[in-house]
Amino acid sequence: MKHTISVLVENQFGTFNRVVTMFSGKGFNVHSLSIGETETAEISRMTIVTEGEEKIIEQVVKQLNRLIDTIKVVDLTAQPRVERELALITIYYQKGNRADIVSVCEIFRGNVVDINNKTITLEITGPPDKIDAAINVLEAYGIKEMARSGTVALKRGEQTKADKKELVQKNNLQV
Amino acid sequence: MKGPFLSGAEIFFECLKREKVEVVFGYPGGAVLKLYEKLYDVDFLKHILVRHEQGATHMAEGYAKASGKTGVVLVTSGPGATNTVTGIADAYMDSVPIVVFTGQVPTHLIGNDAFQEADIVGITRPITKHNFLVRDVHELATIIKKAFFIASTGRPGPVLVDLPKDVINSLCEFDYPEKIELRGYKPTLLGHQNQIKKAADIIRNAKRLLFYVGGGVIMSGGDRELRLLAKENNIPITMTLQGLGAFPMTESQSLGMLGMHGTYWANQAVNNCDVLVSLGARFDDRVTGKVDAFAPGAYKIHVDIDPTCIDKNVIVDLPIVGDVKHVMAELAAEITSPPDLDDWWTQIEKWKEECPLTFENNDGKLRTQYVLDRLNEFTKGEAVIVTDVGQHQMWTAQFYKFNHPRSHITSGGLGTMGFSVPAAIGAAFAIKDRPVISISGDGGFQMNIQELTTAVYNKLPVKFIIINNSFLGMVRQWQELFHAEKYSFTDLGDSNPDFCKVGEAFGLKSYSTTKPEDVDPILEEAFSINDGPVLIEFKVEKEDMVFPIIPSGATLKEMMTKRLDPKEMT
Repeated sequence: MKHTISVLVENQFGTFNRVVTMFSGKGFNVHSLSIGETETAEISRMTIVTEGEEKIIEQVVKQLNRLIDTIKVVDLTAQPRVERELALITIYYQKGNRADIVSVCEIFRGNVVDINNKTITLEITGPPDKIDAAINVLEAYGIKEMARSGTVALKRGEQTKADKKELVQKNNLQV
Repeated sequence: MKGPFLSGAEIFFECLKREKVEVVFGYPGGAVLKLYEKLYDVDFLKHILVRHEQGATHMAEGYAKASGKTGVVLVTSGPGATNTVTGIADAYMDSVPIVVFTGQVPTHLIGNDAFQEADIVGITRPITKHNFLVRDVHELATIIKKAFFIASTGRPGPVLVDLPKDVINSLCEFDYPEKIELRGYKPTLLGHQNQIKKAADIIRNAKRLLFYVGGGVIMSGGDRELRLLAKENNIPITMTLQGLGAFPMTESQSLGMLGMHGTYWANQAVNNCDVLVSLGARFDDRVTGKVDAFAPGAYKIHVDIDPTCIDKNVIVDLPIVGDVKHVMAELAAEITSPPDLDDWWTQIEKWKEECPLTFENNDGKLRTQYVLDRLNEFTKGEAVIVTDVGQHQMWTAQFYKFNHPRSHITSGGLGTMGFSVPAAIGAAFAIKDRPVISISGDGGFQMNIQELTTAVYNKLPVKFIIINNSFLGMVRQWQELFHAEKYSFTDLGDSNPDFCKVGEAFGLKSYSTTKPEDVDPILEEAFSINDGPVLIEFKVEKEDMVFPIIPSGATLKEMMTKRLDPKEMT
C-alpha cells in the first residue's frame, strides 16, 4: 500500500542526501520525493510517497526518525490530509484536435501555459490520481514530454467544538 | 562571555581537552599539517602514530570498547580518510563510539578533484551515525561538541568530522558550548512504565524463562543490574557474541553463547522457552537462523534503546524502548516474587549433558580449543581478549570464560579480518591492570600486520597469538560443508611467511610450536614479559571445524554437532 510520509528536516547541507541514502541503503521504495522550505527558514519539509507492507513502513518511519537531522516524521496516510501534485505536460497537437486538448485540460481544471505551432503545454494540479487520469486521456494525443513534481501534502487543520463555538459567537452566526 | 581569538587548529585541541580526550590515534598528512604543527606542543593528550589509517580506527574501537570512553582518530584527507572506512563501518555495525577527524582540501577547492581530495562525508554517510563537514571555523567548536555527544549517547556509533584546511587555518573567537540542543536527536532513556510492569508480570509467571543478552547491556554499563535481576530470580542467561562477559560465564546461570556456533543447550533453551527477554540485542541473523523458527513458542520481550531494532527481524510481543540499564533496574524492583523455574533448569541441565562442548585432546595434536582452554586457565578468565574473525573467534567465544564486561572485544557485525591486532593495541592503551591478548588466524593477522610496529614502539605488553592452521579456516569449513569440498583459494600453507621471523623483524619476542605440551611453558614465559609485546604462533590442526554449527538461515533441527564420519554415514 502507498504511504505519504511528511518529514520535517534541518535545512542543512547534505540532509536531503542523508534521507535518500537511507532509502537506497535499506532497499525501501520511493515513488516520489519532494523537498522545499517551510514557514521556518531553517526547517525544510520533505514529502515522501513510499510503498510497502505495514512492517516495512514502520521501519521507514523509524529509520527516518533515527537520522539526526530529522525533526519530525508523520505518516499522513491514515489521517485527513490535503495532497497535491503538479504536472507539466507537453502534447503534439494536430489541426483539428487543439480545441479537444484544451477542453480536456479544462475538465481537469488545468491551464494552458505554453503553445507554439506544434505543441501545447498544460499545467494540471491536484491529487496524484487526478493527474494520472488526465495523463491517461492525454496520452491518446501524443505526449512529447512530461514533468511531475511529486506529491506535497499537509495534514488537514483540526477544528474542535470549542473552536467552532468561538467562530460562531465571533461572527454572530445563527446555527 | 566572549572567548579569546584562536586558530581552527587551536580550537580543535581546546575542544579535545574539554572532552577529556586522552589518546588520539592518527597519521599526519598534507591537509592536517596545521593540526600536527599545533599538536607538537600539546601535552594533555597522547598521540599514537599508527602505520595505516585502518589501524587507527580499529585502535580507537578497541580503546572505546575496553574503556567505555569515546575513541578518537585524526587522519589526513583523501587516502588517509578513505583508509578509515572499514573501521568506521565496523564501529557502525557494532555500535562503538568513535569520532574520526579527517583533513579535507580547502573549501574553495572542494569538488575540484584537488590533490588528495575525497568526498569522505558522502562516502561515510551510510556507515556513520552522523557526519559533518565544517564549512566555517565559527561552527567548529559546536560541531566537535555535537560529534562527541552523538557518538557516545543513545545507541553509540561512529561520527566523522571533515576539516577543510582553510577552516583549520582561520581564526575566530573560541567559545565552547556547555550544552548543545539537537532537536532531531533525543534518545529515549526511560522505558515506558506500563510496559515494564507488564513485562515484570510476564517474567514472574514464566515457566521456561530465558534472557538473551547482547552488547547493549555492556555498553549501558548495566552488568550489575543484570546480575542482580538474574540472581534474584535464578534466570538462565544466554549471550550474543558482543554480549559475552555481561554476565560471568563461570556462573552456572550462564548458558554461553547462542546462535550459529552457540552451545547446544543455549539454542535448545531458545527453542523451547516460553518467555524470551532480549536485553540490548538485535536479533541478528547469526543469532536467529531461520527467523520464523526462532523461539517459536515464546512470548518475546525486547528491550533496546534503538527503536529501529524493534520488530526489524523478529516481531516481538512486548517492546520496551529505553536504556537497558534503567529498564533492568526497574524490572528488578517490579518482580516481587521469582518465577518457578525448577523444572526448566532440570531440562537445561539435561541438554548440557546431552551435548557438551568437547574436543579431541588425547591424540597429541595441537588444537585451538586446547590453547584457549589453557589460556583460560592461565588468566583465570581475567584477561581482555581481542579476537579477529573466523574459527578462532568462535572457539574463543565457546571456550574462554569471560567473567567481566568489556573483556571480549571482537568484530561481530561487520566481521572485519585484521581487526584484532590494532584493536588489541587500542585496548592496551585503556587497560593497564590486566593482560591484553590479541588472537588472530594466520589470514587475518596479515591484514593489519604493520601495526606491530605501533605496539613495539609504545612498549605495549600485548600478547599477539596467531592460531595458524594454514587455512582461511572458517571459509574452508564452509567449503567442506556446503561447497562440495572445493577448497578454492583458502589454503595459505604454501604462501604464509615465517611468523616468528616476521615477529622478530618487528622487534617482538616470538614463539612458535606445534605441540600441546609446549603451550603452558610458552604462555608462562610470554606472560612474564611486560615491557613490550610478544608473538606466539600456535601451529594447530589444519582441518578442524567449529561445532556445533547451525547452517545459515536454518533451524536448530539442522544443527551439526560433529563432523560426519564416513563410517557412520553408511
